[in-house]
This record gives sequence, C-alpha cells and structure tokens, in this order.
Amino acid sequence: MHLEEFSEGKSLIHSLDPRIKLISLVPFIVIVAIAKGLTVPSISLVASVVLILFARLNVRPLLERLLAVNLFILFLWLILPFSVEGKSIFTIGPLTATSEGISYALTITLKANAIVLSTIALVATLPIFRLVHALRHLKVPEKLVSLFFFCYRYISVLHEDYSALHNAMKMRAFRPATNVHTYRSYAYLVGMLVLKSYEHSEKVYQAMLCRGFTGKFPLLQHFTHLTRKDLIFLVSMILVAAGLVTLELGNNFWRLP
Amino acid sequence: MHISEGVLSAPVLLTGVILSAGGVSLGLKKMDYERIPEVAVLTSAFFVASLIHVPIGPSSAHLVLNGLVGLLLGWPAFSAILVGLSLQALLFQFGGITSLGVNTFNIALPAVVSFYLFRLFTIKHNPYILLFSAFLCGVVGILGSALLVALSLVTTGEAFLTVAKLVVIAHLPVMVIEGLITATAVVSLKKIRPELLTGKAKI
Repeated sequence: MHLEEFSEGKSLIHSLDPRIKLISLVPFIVIVAIAKGLTVPSISLVASVVLILFARLNVRPLLERLLAVNLFILFLWLILPFSVEGKSIFTIGPLTATSEGISYALTITLKANAIVLSTIALVATLPIFRLVHALRHLKVPEKLVSLFFFCYRYISVLHEDYSALHNAMKMRAFRPATNVHTYRSYAYLVGMLVLKSYEHSEKVYQAMLCRGFTGKFPLLQHFTHLTRKDLIFLVSMILVAAGLVTLELGNNFWRLP
Repeated sequence: MHISEGVLSAPVLLTGVILSAGGVSLGLKKMDYERIPEVAVLTSAFFVASLIHVPIGPSSAHLVLNGLVGLLLGWPAFSAILVGLSLQALLFQFGGITSLGVNTFNIALPAVVSFYLFRLFTIKHNPYILLFSAFLCGVVGILGSALLVALSLVTTGEAFLTVAKLVVIAHLPVMVIEGLITATAVVSLKKIRPELLTGKAKI
C-alpha cells in the first residue's frame, strides 16, 4: 500500500514549513465550506487549482482522487436539481428540475472540489511524520497525536496481515457472493485482524517499555525559523481568505434558500 | 456513511465539531498513556477492515463495524474513529476535513451507545445471549449512524430530504450484514481471547 502518494517532491509547496501549510489551510477551507451561492466557491476552486499547480503533483493519481469524490457528488446531482423549489427548467415525468436546484448542486460540486484540491496541495504534500510533528507543535493534544501516529504506522502492517489472510482464503477457493458463508468468512477475517492487532500492540508496547517508553513522545527536534517564503505564503493565503469573506458578505443576492 | 466536503451547512458543521470535541476529549481522558498502542493498532485493524467490500446482491458495501469498535473500546472509540476518519480523508479523500466533526460524531455516538447497551450481555457466557446481543450491536451501530447522517442532511436543507431517505433505506441491508458479521466475529473472539470482551475498557 502506497499511502503517501503526494508527499515527495521539490516544488515550492513541498518546501514550505509544515506549520505554515496547516495554519494557512484552515481559514481557507472553513470559508469555502460555509460559503453559499456560486461566486466564492468558483473563485476558491480557481485558488485551489493554483495551489495544485504550485505543488506540481502527478496528474493521474490526482484525477483518481477527484473521481472518488465526485462519484458521491454525482449521486447528489441525480436528486438535488429536482428537490429544490424554484423556476422550472425542464421536466422528466413527474420530476421538475429547477434552476435553483441546479445551482445548488453546482455550488456543492465547486466547494467539494475546492476543499479537496487545497487539502491535497497543502496536507497530502507532507510526509506523515512531518505532519505529526507539526501537529504537536501546534498544540494538538498529545494522546491524540500519538494515537494518529501509531495508527498510521500500523496500517501497513495490518494490511499485510489482511493480504496474507485474504490470500489464504482465495487459495481455498473463496468467492465472495451474497450468502451467509461469505459473511461468516469475512467475520472470521475481521476477528483475526482484531486478534492480530492485539498481538502486535502487546509486542510493540513491551518492546517500547524495554526502551524506556513512558507513553509520551518527547519533542526533541524543533522547526527552524520561518523563511521569507513561508511568511509570504502565509500572508497571501490570509489575504485570499479575507478577500473571500468580503465577497461572501457582499454577495447576499446570490444566496439560496 | 461519510458525508463529503461542501455539502453540509455551517450550523450543522459547527454542531458536529463541538459534539465530537466533547466526545473525543472524554475518550482521551478515559484512555491511559499505556493503552495508546492498543487503541491505535486496533484502529489500524478497523481501517484495514473498512477496505473490505462485502457483496450485497448486485452491489457491495464496505464494512464500518462501528458497533464492534464501540464494544471493544468504549468512550475511546471517539478518538479512534476521529483518527481513522482523518486518515481516510487525508490518504484517500473519503469523507472530508471540514466534515470531520460531523462524521466522527455520526459514527462514534452509535459506537458508544452500543458499548453501554450491550457490554453487560457480551460479558455473559450464554452463547445465545452473546450471539443475539452482538448482532444487535452491529445493527445499532449502522442504524444509528444512518439516522444521524440523515438528520445532518435534513437539518442542512429540506432539499436533502430525498437523499436522506435514500441513505437510510440503502443502509437497511448493510445493517443486517454488519449485525451478522459483528455477531460471528464477537463469538469467535470470545472463544479465542475472552478477556478482550470482559471489561479491559473502563466505563
């Protein structure tokens, strides 16, 4: 399993301080998430695409991610245009599509893609270890960060366990279908995964106790001072966010019910 | 089961963040430092289990198993589910960062409810009580989440009423399957490592 697909690179975005990337992302995605109408969502989508361009990511895996997001959105497109009241545009049988419904679905599509793209550009470009380190420096509760880190670390181990078990099932001619046998087999698989996880965690914990682990990860390494590049990036992201807020507040007539 | 970015309204997102923050901080308080590896590796196991797609007729659904997570962990299920969902959002773009609060609450609350409802029964050794209560545990997990997802959508806007109804209907078969899988998994865990189900987690 290759989990950190976008974390390696030499682009401008990759070279920024992780703390700056996280801090500058938050106001942006919050505003996009609560924006209404079409203006702010479309501008923020453009801004996110700019971030992606700066991060110089592989296009193929990026498009695959977007496809996954937009499948759910597609489902909304099948229903929302017909369930908002307003000016009718066309009718299919008993269903009437309204322009309000269509622009509502469009708003959601723009917002979702903008948030996903900006998150990929700023968070997925961090190796998890750097991300965890930055979270600790940003005062996220220690237990939560340790939990996050351990969990991430053991996903690949448990995925190997899962593959081994699944291969064993396949070698015994297991074919998933809609029947009790399939569900029972998957239940045993889940049970085995839970047992394996306990075995791993006991071993890990004992090995760490032997090495003097007290439950806490001391912060030994600190980030270096922020460079001018970091500050310019932070200021420009804040300006973009402030601009979006102004637009959102000034654009009341775009609002939908 | 997860609601993606950009769908929910501001008040719903905010309520989700506040409720989840409460649940997560309670969960962290109830989890000693020495239990972190155990909870974390169990979370990885459920992360991997959620990649399993189970066939249902012509379609398929991925496992959620929040009832089982709740039964094994109690309140720390909130922290475990937050971590699992944030990794899914970061690594695969399932769900989302801005909807993390709502999604965590929608999945973790039924997990904790299952813990309180069925904990006492799964400690018992009667195989029928065990099987039946573990089945209900899986059912309650999915049913509770589906209803909460529907509630989040409807409170965002009336336009989502149809979507919300479809979400609940689509989860009815998933509910039964999760019940069957949870029941079988709990019975086999009880045979192999009974101590996992006898109050390692603190209430």
